[in-house]
Amino acid sequence: MATIVRTESEAGGLAPFAGGHAARGWRDQPVMLRLLSVVLFAAIWEIAGRIPVSFAFPTFFDTMVAFFGLLADGSMAKAYLSTLQPLVLGVVLSAFLGVGLGTLCGLWRTGEWLLIPMFIVLQAAPVAAFIPMVTFIYGIGMTAKTLAVMILALPVIVLNTYKAVRNVNESLLVMCRSFLGTRWQTVAKIILPDASPVIFAGLRLGVAAGFVGVVLAELLITPTGIGDLITFHRSRADYAEMYATIGSIIALSTLTLVFLQWVEVRVFRPEKRGA
Amino acid sequence: MRASVVRNGPTSVIEPIDSIVKVRGISKAYGNVEALRGIDLDFPRGKLTSLLGPSGCGKTTLLKIIAGLIDADAGTVAVEGKTVTRPGPERAFVFQDFALMPWATVIRNVAFGLELRGTRKAEREDIARHYIAEVGLASFEDKYPHELSGGMRQRVGLARALSVKADVLLLDEPFSAVDEQNRRKFQEDLIRLRTNQNKTFIFVTHSIEEAVYISDRIVLLSPRPGRISQIIEPDIDRSGDPERIHRDKHYLDTVDEIWRGLKRYVE
Repeated sequence: MATIVRTESEAGGLAPFAGGHAARGWRDQPVMLRLLSVVLFAAIWEIAGRIPVSFAFPTFFDTMVAFFGLLADGSMAKAYLSTLQPLVLGVVLSAFLGVGLGTLCGLWRTGEWLLIPMFIVLQAAPVAAFIPMVTFIYGIGMTAKTLAVMILALPVIVLNTYKAVRNVNESLLVMCRSFLGTRWQTVAKIILPDASPVIFAGLRLGVAAGFVGVVLAELLITPTGIGDLITFHRSRADYAEMYATIGSIIALSTLTLVFLQWVEVRVFRPEKRGA
Repeated sequence: MRASVVRNGPTSVIEPIDSIVKVRGISKAYGNVEALRGIDLDFPRGKLTSLLGPSGCGKTTLLKIIAGLIDADAGTVAVEGKTVTRPGPERAFVFQDFALMPWATVIRNVAFGLELRGTRKAEREDIARHYIAEVGLASFEDKYPHELSGGMRQRVGLARALSVKADVLLLDEPFSAVDEQNRRKFQEDLIRLRTNQNKTFIFVTHSIEEAVYISDRIVLLSPRPGRISQIIEPDIDRSGDPERIHRDKHYLDTVDEIWRGLKRYVE
């Protein structure tokens, strides 16, 4: 066996090795696969736009042109400047409040009885129906929009955190106790790290819901920011611009979720790195 | 049923023993099920004592009561003369399911007991590194538990218990989730470790061979309710080649004798 390998490498130089490398090829390269999927998606879009499926459906190429146009004339930047304020504020508040409340409910019976039913109802309710009510109470400013983000983002974050804390690995808790861990050490060193995958799943859902909330608020409450950009271009039948705006917020939402996953693996679950 | 001490060997006189853990009148029930009734037991210092019995005899319950992880309904446990009801620094536990933190490396897992006690990082990692080498895991310091085999994971659990320098090590069926080959290797290592660690081991197992192979003293428990049925001190020379023990006459006789005693509890 060993001899054969040696003969081959002497005879063919580096060729067999290089050949083997190419044979493994692009299929083992996640980056290439992902790029391929994006290219395929763009191609199908382009074809569908050229048929055309609908007069209101622009091609991929037109949409990209419109996107760079919106970037160049500054309207995209201006829209995001106004959308990102309630979005970031609402999402950050929901994340901290949600993880905090969820942990509290997971650890403390009374808190569970007081709060969890409310969040279960909130999660089940079509929360968008509350948005006119929020406008009625808080007007059409920043507060209303931040609240719209929070009522969508908070319940799923609280409930996931609560469930994760409640279902923490019992044997690790016993282990921590047997090695004289205090209550605080148990929470910080066992419960939160062990619960972090489910907490982060909740955070990802919550952040996605927050994006829904901000767009809803801008479509329903005040025509500002990205919501306004969408409405404006729809009303002028600039469908390429409209699609470019919608695409941009989807892309931003996706990037935020990817970033969140990176933070999770990096900070809380290093053993999953590269897995 | 009276507990009897049987010795396989020339000595039949029981000399007074220096016991580090004293169990007096321990009873425990789970609802209607009586897990333990009136257990009195002494654990001699520096020896390995096994709690052996069929499932349902309360051996793990007794170990967890000694560890302070479960409260007894009646009775006391004293370690070095002091009554204990909660975990303490003089006892360390090795878990059946390893109980390793999957997000932490081997070295952090091993140093975890010291981390909870507030030992400085450099110092606790030095200690951890020493015991990682002691259990034969040197160079695995930065691996995560999922990268290790079952046997290696339990070695991490053992190193963690050794790192806190407790006098008494409590092992709850440590090898039951380890495959047969690794178990035998681990048992051999445990014999070696015992001779140079000078600690008291309390070891729960359901394997007769395992108990006889490693123990200085075997406490046989009978089930429903859990009571002491017999105490056996196998007189086996464990110096030299551990492989030889499996062919030792005393070893084989003791295994036979225990099996005859336990048979009636097995349906």
